[in-house]
Amino acid sequence: MDKKDKLRLYHEMVLIRRLEERSADLYREGKIGGFLHLYIGQEAVGSGVISTRRPEDRVITAYRDHGIAIACGMKPEAVMAELLGKDTGASRGMGGSMHLADVDLNFWGGYAIVGAHLPVAAGMAMADKMRGSDAATICFFGEGATNIGYFHEAMNLSMVWELPVLWVCENNKYGMGTEVARASAVDEIRKKADGYGMPNARVDGMQLLEVRKAAEEALAHVRQKGPFFLEAVTYRFVGHSMGDPERYRSGEEITKWRENDPIGILRKHLLEIKGVGEKTIEAEEARAEEQVEEAVRFAEESPEPTLDTLLGMVYAGEED
Amino acid sequence: MALKTMREAISEALWEEMERDERVIIMGEEVGVWGGTYAVTKGFHDHFGPERVCDTPIAEGVIVGAANGAALAGLRPVAEMMTINFAFLAMDQIVNHSAKLHTMFGGQMTVPIVIRAVGGGGRQLGATHSQTPDVAFAHFPGLKVVSPGTPHDAKGLLKSAIRSIDPVMFIENATLYQVRGEVPEEEYLEPIGVSKIQRAGSDVTLISYSKMLQTSLQAAESLAGEGIEAEVVDLRTLRPLDMGAVVDSFKRTNRAVIVEEGWRSYGVGAEVAARLYEEAFDYVDAPIRRVAQREVPLPYNRELEQQMLPNMYDVIEAVKGVL
Repeated sequence: MDKKDKLRLYHEMVLIRRLEERSADLYREGKIGGFLHLYIGQEAVGSGVISTRRPEDRVITAYRDHGIAIACGMKPEAVMAELLGKDTGASRGMGGSMHLADVDLNFWGGYAIVGAHLPVAAGMAMADKMRGSDAATICFFGEGATNIGYFHEAMNLSMVWELPVLWVCENNKYGMGTEVARASAVDEIRKKADGYGMPNARVDGMQLLEVRKAAEEALAHVRQKGPFFLEAVTYRFVGHSMGDPERYRSGEEITKWRENDPIGILRKHLLEIKGVGEKTIEAEEARAEEQVEEAVRFAEESPEPTLDTLLGMVYAGEED
Repeated sequence: MALKTMREAISEALWEEMERDERVIIMGEEVGVWGGTYAVTKGFHDHFGPERVCDTPIAEGVIVGAANGAALAGLRPVAEMMTINFAFLAMDQIVNHSAKLHTMFGGQMTVPIVIRAVGGGGRQLGATHSQTPDVAFAHFPGLKVVSPGTPHDAKGLLKSAIRSIDPVMFIENATLYQVRGEVPEEEYLEPIGVSKIQRAGSDVTLISYSKMLQTSLQAAESLAGEGIEAEVVDLRTLRPLDMGAVVDSFKRTNRAVIVEEGWRSYGVGAEVAARLYEEAFDYVDAPIRRVAQREVPLPYNRELEQQMLPNMYDVIEAVKGVL
């Protein structure tokens, strides 16, 4: 990857971070309702994996989906407008934080029932395979989702039918407030893939370049042979959702992980590259900040969806 | 017109739609090599191949879930639940996903899936294999719920369901598979969401669907022998519910009995009666009666099970109660 691409991904990760921080503010101000799950700390997983995809590859994820949406190319305006419930939002104000999607970007959505999108990912991959396409489906989920039946049904089916799915487990150590070892019989989640004879790998999810390398290899396998399981070890620096009292982990633990900030790590790496100085990096950071402010302005000025829009959207139509 | 069984009519609908549209696939337990537990897809596997007639693991969540995904990606999957009782294992996919993705993502996705599920009691299969939980599915906006009572309607409605770009729950009744009826040779479709008068009469309106349509028609024949002419309205679709033919008929007869195989509480009868009171209160000449299953988990014992299920005599008694 050249300097330009690395800077682009740095910008993307900062954009995600700033967008999430600004969303937290807006939530506290009461402008964003419902639940809000922030991607802060996990940026390198989404950006790293998705930066290796081809346009025809599908992406699908769970409810912590803002960062994945941005990495898929969704404009911050569309994210922010959705968070504010506006008609210009990605899902026209019908989905909210947990249900961003843009089919034109091949981003098939955030899903808020834990594990439920894994079978959906398998089905999309099945359709692509039937058509003879070499597209892959990239499915993100948390380690908490690996304890539900859906996970095992989808792992099994994807192997039996040799479906082109890259399963990406974002192991951020906690399913809400339950530490992985308290909920999962094995805490090295990749071992669960062994039970299905599925090739797998574990990667440091705080290191963008390592995530990318692992994802490239995994996707090559997926296109040629079938499913692959990639566990990215990561950490969310903030609560499960807004208003999480975080009684389940210590301040020291969070501080320790924050020293491993994926953005800080990439920043340091960039500064070691010839021709990249503080100025170049600060320009990217300033640009991200301005984009977020622009997104907030856009969202606040956007119209609300109408009742007619909702009522006309319950069914798609008769037949075609 | 040829007389065909319900099983043949459903099988023909699937076959014709698979021939017509290569996006149509079937997935489910034993649909392929076995030929379907009720032999509905016999011969499909050899003709269309394992890629389009997919035997799945026994895992309902991933059957409907993968069908949802395939539908999002442009296929027209027909997911088969071996029995409707097993659909409870896929309830999250059906109600939280099939029914909601179109609205929840702002109209940008469609889920053109058909979930075929066979239900009904009376075969000594015990409590978990004998249910008629149709209303549980009809509760959810975003889903269409179809349940035919004749071979003619089964074929025409299933073809429409497969062509629908909205998700359709297609509910069959196992004890109807051998019922014969006239099925045209030429291609035809029946519209989803349209009730139909299956027998004309002027004294009372019987409202039912699926297996209970047949029971109601038998009751009407028996009542005719006593000089009572019952009009029989077949709902055919539970969601969206078409009250047109029901209200029309009721305005002429002023008396109604609603017959369903499922439990009475919160049932089809409750919904239809409430709507009749709302939409045609001035035409009510007698309290509307409901015939339904007794409120118990169905037992294995043959006699006890039969006593719990609504039959022709229950319908006749209810009719006499409203006249």
